[in-house]
Amino acid sequence: MSDVVEKTLTALPSLLSLDSQPGSAKLSTNSKLGNLIRGITELTSKHEEEKLIQRELLSIKEQVSSPNTTMRQMKELMVRTIYCEMLGYQASFSYIHAIKLAQQGNVLEKRVGYLAVSLFLDESHELLLLLVNTVLKDLQSTNLIEVCMALTVVSQMFPKDMIPAILPLVEEKLSHSKEIIRRKAVLALYKFYLIAPNQVQHIHNKFRKALCDKDPGVMSASLHIYLQLIQENPEGYKDLTVSFVTILKQVVAGKLPMDFNYHCVPAPWLQIHLLRILSLLGKNDQSTSEIMYEILDESLRRAEMNHNITYAILYECVKCIYTIHPKSDLLEKAAKCIGNFVLSSRINLKYLGLKALTYVVQQDPKLVLQHQMTIIECLDHPDLIIKRETLELLFRITNAQNVTVIVEKMLDFLRVSKDDHTTIDLVGKVAELAEKYATDNEWFIETMNTVFSVGGDMMQPDIPNSFLKLLLDGFDSVEEDRKLRLFAVNSYISLLQGEPSRLPQRFLQVISWVLGEYSHLNGDLEPDVVLRLLAKLLDMKSSSSETKSWVLMAMTKLCSGGAALSVAREVSETYGSSMDTMLRQRAQELQHLSQDSQLQTRVLPQSSSQEAVEVDSSLSFLDWFVSEALAAGAAPYKPPHQRQEEMSRSKALSLEPYGLSLPISMSSCSVADRQSPTLLSMSSGLSGDSTELSHKGSSTTLKLDGVKRVWGREGYLAQREPEEEAAQVETPAPLQSPSQQGDKDSSHSQAPTPTQTPESEQEKQQLASSLFVGLASQSSASLMGKSEQTSQRFRRKARSPDKSLSSSEQLTNPLGSPSSGADNLLLDCSISSELVSAPEQTHLQSLDLTAANSACDAPDGDTKGRKTLSRDDSVSAADVTPHEDPDRPKDLRLASYLPAELSGLSGLPHSEITLVCSNQSLDLSACHVQKDDSLEFVVFIKNSSDTSVHQVQVQVSCEELEVSCVCDSPAEELKSHSVTVCQYRLTVKRPSVYFELAGVVHYQLPAGSLQTEQFSHKLPLKSFIRPLAVSTEDYGTMWLAFSHDTKQNLPLLSDEQEPLTATLNVLKKKLQLHVVEIIGKEGIVACCLRPDQPCLLHCREHAGMLAVWLRSPVPDLPDCLLYHCQRALRER
Amino acid sequence: MKMQFMLLFSRQGKLRLQKWYVPLSDKEKKKITRELVQTVLARKPKMCSFLEWRDLKIVYKRYASLYFCCAIEDQDNELITLEIIHRYVELLDKYFGSVCELDIIFNFEKAYFILDEFLLGGEAQETSKKNVLKAIEQADLLQETPVPHPDLSGSLDSWVDTLKDFHRPSSDQLPAMHIFVHVTFIFWGR
Repeated sequence: MSDVVEKTLTALPSLLSLDSQPGSAKLSTNSKLGNLIRGITELTSKHEEEKLIQRELLSIKEQVSSPNTTMRQMKELMVRTIYCEMLGYQASFSYIHAIKLAQQGNVLEKRVGYLAVSLFLDESHELLLLLVNTVLKDLQSTNLIEVCMALTVVSQMFPKDMIPAILPLVEEKLSHSKEIIRRKAVLALYKFYLIAPNQVQHIHNKFRKALCDKDPGVMSASLHIYLQLIQENPEGYKDLTVSFVTILKQVVAGKLPMDFNYHCVPAPWLQIHLLRILSLLGKNDQSTSEIMYEILDESLRRAEMNHNITYAILYECVKCIYTIHPKSDLLEKAAKCIGNFVLSSRINLKYLGLKALTYVVQQDPKLVLQHQMTIIECLDHPDLIIKRETLELLFRITNAQNVTVIVEKMLDFLRVSKDDHTTIDLVGKVAELAEKYATDNEWFIETMNTVFSVGGDMMQPDIPNSFLKLLLDGFDSVEEDRKLRLFAVNSYISLLQGEPSRLPQRFLQVISWVLGEYSHLNGDLEPDVVLRLLAKLLDMKSSSSETKSWVLMAMTKLCSGGAALSVAREVSETYGSSMDTMLRQRAQELQHLSQDSQLQTRVLPQSSSQEAVEVDSSLSFLDWFVSEALAAGAAPYKPPHQRQEEMSRSKALSLEPYGLSLPISMSSCSVADRQSPTLLSMSSGLSGDSTELSHKGSSTTLKLDGVKRVWGREGYLAQREPEEEAAQVETPAPLQSPSQQGDKDSSHSQAPTPTQTPESEQEKQQLASSLFVGLASQSSASLMGKSEQTSQRFRRKARSPDKSLSSSEQLTNPLGSPSSGADNLLLDCSISSELVSAPEQTHLQSLDLTAANSACDAPDGDTKGRKTLSRDDSVSAADVTPHEDPDRPKDLRLASYLPAELSGLSGLPHSEITLVCSNQSLDLSACHVQKDDSLEFVVFIKNSSDTSVHQVQVQVSCEELEVSCVCDSPAEELKSHSVTVCQYRLTVKRPSVYFELAGVVHYQLPAGSLQTEQFSHKLPLKSFIRPLAVSTEDYGTMWLAFSHDTKQNLPLLSDEQEPLTATLNVLKKKLQLHVVEIIGKEGIVACCLRPDQPCLLHCREHAGMLAVWLRSPVPDLPDCLLYHCQRALRER
Repeated sequence: MKMQFMLLFSRQGKLRLQKWYVPLSDKEKKKITRELVQTVLARKPKMCSFLEWRDLKIVYKRYASLYFCCAIEDQDNELITLEIIHRYVELLDKYFGSVCELDIIFNFEKAYFILDEFLLGGEAQETSKKNVLKAIEQADLLQETPVPHPDLSGSLDSWVDTLKDFHRPSSDQLPAMHIFVHVTFIFWGR
C-alpha cells in the first residue's frame, strides 16, 4: 500500500506545478482526452454524461472530416473516439477514419489506427475490405513493427474472402528471421484455419516446421493449430505423439529459457496446451496412451508447489489421465489429486475439484463415495456456483434409488436461482430424470408439475411436448396408463381450482390438453365442471391467445350434451367474433361440433384406442393448392437448406462455429434437420437431454454412453428394442439386490466417520446414504460397461421400427400446438375440413397439425414451403433411376418413338414417360435418357384429336440448365393420332436440387387459330450425376483445389456388416457415384455433373454417423448433392 | 482455450477496457457488460472467482479498485484463466511501474497494446513476460516522449478525492496491485 501512496504523493506536486514539467508540450495534445475524462468524472447523472459525449462526438466528427486535420491530430481524435465507444456511445462515422489512419499514418499513428479498427469493427464488417490493401502494404514493409501490426490485426479479424490475397505473404513470414514475426504469422494462419480451413490446407507441412521451430514462442503458437486439428481428426496426428511428449518432457524438466517461467513453474500455458493435445490423442487408444504415461506421472510429481498455476496444471493432468486409456497407478494418483482439490479450503480449488469429480464420476463412482460428506456440505454452500456444480455431479450419479432426493435438491435450487440460463438447463435435467427414473405416478406428475411451474415459459418446448407424448403413447400396461392419466387429470383439476392465474402459459396449455383428452377417465367428474374451469382460464387476463386456443380445443373435445352445452355456447359466442383469427376458428369449431352431436361423435370418438394415426406427412391433400398456386404464378419452392444457404450468403459470413461441424456426432440433428429447421432449433441448444449436452462439450464433458435410452430425439431407437425387452422382463429380481448392496456399501464407507456425530451430522449422513445409494453397486457391477441396472418405469410403448422415422416428424410437436401467425390459418382450415370428413379418433387433429406446424415454422414458412414437401415426394417417386425396368405397357407405345440413338437398343434406359400436359388436341409426354456426357430430354407430342395439327413448335427452357435442341419438332403437319418427338440436350449451368423445365408448345388448329400450351417438367439433380473415375492421387490434388464445401452428418446403415461400405454402396447405386477407395473408416467418393463440374465426397464413419465432407469448384453443388445423398439414404 | 472476451471495470461499475474476441453486436455487448458488471460487483470477496453465466464461464479477479473479468467456454480451465489475468496485471505493472487504475484510464490505448501482444484472438500469444514487453517497448521507442502522466490541471479537488478513494484501504483482504511490486521484484531480481 505504501508504495502506491508514495507514488501519488510524489505525483501531486508535479500536478500542482504542471507548467514546469518537461513533458507539458506533449501533455497539451493529450489534454483533450484528459479534459474529457475529467469532465465525465465530475458529472452526476447519466443524462449529463450523454449530453457531454454527444457534444464531444459532434466536435470529433467535425474535426475528422476536415481536410486540414493532420494524421497526428487524427490519432488523438481516434483515441478519444475509442474512449467514447467504450462508454457505450456509437461513433460509426469514425470507422472509416480509423482505417484511413492505419493506411496513411506513420508507425505510431498507424498503431492507433489499427487498434481502433480492431476495437470498432468485427470480422463481418464490410469496411474491413478497405483494410486489405493497407495490410498488404504493411506486410511487405521493411519496418518490422509495421509487419507486426499487420499480422496482429490479421489474427484478430480478416474478411474470409480476402484470405487468398494475403496468404502467400503470411506464409512467407513463416521463415522470417525474427521469431516475433514467425510467431505472429503462425497465429494468423491459425485464424485463417478457423475461418476457412480449406484455404490453408496446403501448408500443413509448414505447421510442422513451426512446431519444430527453435524458438519456444513460435512452437507454442503452433500448438493452437494442432489442438484444433487434432480435435477434428485425432487419427491423423498420432505420429506426432512422441514429439509432443518430448516437448512436454523438456518443458517439465525446465529446459526452456527462464523468462518462460511463471512463478517458478516452467511455461505453464505450454504445459496445459500439450496435456490437452495428449488427452485427445490418447483417447480410446491404448498404444498411444502408453507413450504418455511416464510424462503424465512426471508432471503430477513435479507440480507440488502450492500455487494456482500448479493446480491448473494438475487439473489438466487429471483430466488427461481419465480421458486416455486407463492405467491403474496413474488413476490412483489422479484420484488423490482430485481429493486434494475437493477437500481444499480454497473455494476456487473446491470448485475445480467438483468439476473434476463430475468429469470422472462415470468411470470411478467410488471416488464420489469417498467424498460424499464434502459433497453434502457443498450442497449447502452459500455460493450458488458451488451448489450448481454439485447438482451437476449428482445429476450424473442419479439412479432409480436416489432420484427422489436428487430431484428434490435440484428443485430446491431452482426455487432460489434467478438466472434464466440455469433454470432452463436444470429444468430440462429434472424432466429427464423424472421421466427416466420415475418411481411412481404420483411423484412423476408432481415433479413435472413443479417443472412446469418453475420452468415456466422459458423452458425448452420439447419438455412439455415429450411429456404429453409420454401420456399419449402410454406404456406397456393399459391399466398403468389409465392410472397415470387419471392422476394427472385429478392433479390438474385441483390446480385449476386453486389459483391458475399464477401458472405459466405452457403449463396451462399442457393442462388443457390433458383435460381435453383424459378428463373422461374420472367418472365422477362432470364435463361441465371441467368446462367451467377451462372457461375460467379464458377469462383470465394473463392468458395468451395461444393458451386460449388450446383451451378452446380442449373444450371442443369435452362438450358432449347436458349442461356442458350451455358453457360451450357461451364461450363460442364470445370468441366467435374475436379479433384473433385463430381463436375465432376454434370457437367456430366448438360451436359447430357442440350443436351437431352426430358429427361430433364421428369426429371425436370417445375411444381410448391407441392406434397410431397415419399422418399424411407429405401433405398430399394440399396438392391441389400447390398446383393452383403454381398456375397462378407463385414462385417455385426452394428447399430450406437452399434458402438457408442463400441467406447465409447474403450475410457474407457464417457465424456457425467451425470446429463443431464434423467430429461431433450430432446425435439428433442429423438428416431431418436440414429439411426442417424447427427440429434443429429444438433439439440443439440447451435441451434437457444430457447426452446432447455432453456432445456439445465435445472433449471434456462426459458422455453418458452407457445410459440406455429407448427413445431418442429421433423417435424410437428401434435396434435396441430386443435387449431392452429382455431387461424389462427380468427387472424385479435384480432391482432388489443392487439396492441392498448399495446400502451395505454406503454404510461401509461411512464406517470410518466418528460415531459421536451431533444431530446435524446425522442428518447429513442420512442424506448421504440416500444420495449415494446404488452407486457402489454400480461400480462393482461394471465399471466401464456402465449398463443400466434399473428398468425405466415409463418405457414408452414400442412401435414398429419402420414407423419410427415418420413418428419422429410428429414428435416435433405432438400437440399440434395452435401456433400463432396468420400463415397457419389457411392450413388449419384445410386440416379441420379434413378432420370433419375423416372418421378418426381425437388425436387425429393434433397429429395432423403437427406435420403442418413443423413445416410452418420453417423460416419461409409459407404455403409454398408446405406444399412442396409433398411435391418433392411425389416427384422423386416418379423419378425413375435408369436401372429400373422401363418396360411398362403404357410406356411402350410412346417409347417406340424414341430417337434411334436413345431407344432401348442402344442400351440406354430411359425414365418413365410421363404426361406433362394434355388438352383436346394434343398430349405431351416427356422422359429423359441419361447419356454419359449429358441428359437427353425427349418430348413426345401426340395428336389426340381427329384432325391434323400444323406448325407444332416446342420450346424448352430452364434458368439453371443449358438447353440445346438436338432435333426440333420437324413436323409441318401432325396427323391425327400420330406422334412426333423433340429432343433436347441438357447440361447443368448452375446446380440446384431440382430443375424445373418450363416448356411452351405452339400449334395451329385446322381452323387456323394459333394455340399455345404451357407445360413444366421437374428433373432432380441426381439425373445429371455421373460417376467420376479418378485415382486416389488425383482425388487428393483435386480436393485441395476446390473451394466450396459443406459438411454434414448422415445416418449410417449401421445394421449392415460393414456399415461404411454398405452406405457408400447405396449411394453408388442410387446416385451413380464413383467410390474411389475405402480405407478403414474412411471412404472417398467422386462424381461430376459435367467433366468440368466435379464434386468430391469424403466420408468418415464417426460415432455411428457418416460424417460427409463435400467439396466442389461449383458453388451450391455440395449442398444439392448432399440433399440427394440424404434422400437416398432415407429412402433405402 | 479461446477466450470470448475480457472486461476491465472499476468498483463503481465503470468500464475501463473491453476486448471482444467473438463477433457480437453492439447491443449484445452492452447488454453483456451491464449484466456482468452487476453480477460481479454483487459478489462477496470470499466467493468463488468463477461464475456460470449463460453458457459461458466467467473468471474474474479484483485488483485494488479494478475488476478483471474474462469469459471462457465451459470446458476450459478456469484456473489458468485466472493466471492469465494475473500475468496481464504483472505486465501492466511492469510497464507502467506499479500500475494503478489511473494509468489504465489515461493510457488505455497502451493497455490495449499490451493486451494485444499477450493475447491474440483470445489465445495466449506470448507467455514470456520479457518478450511481450520487448515488443511493446520497441514500438514505443519510436515515440519521442515518455509515457505521459495524466493532465490534472483544473478541478484538482475532485481528482484528489478520486485518488483518496482509490487508495483507501479496503476492509477485506484484496490482492492489491502494488503487492506486485514486491512479488515481481523477487522474480525479476534473479
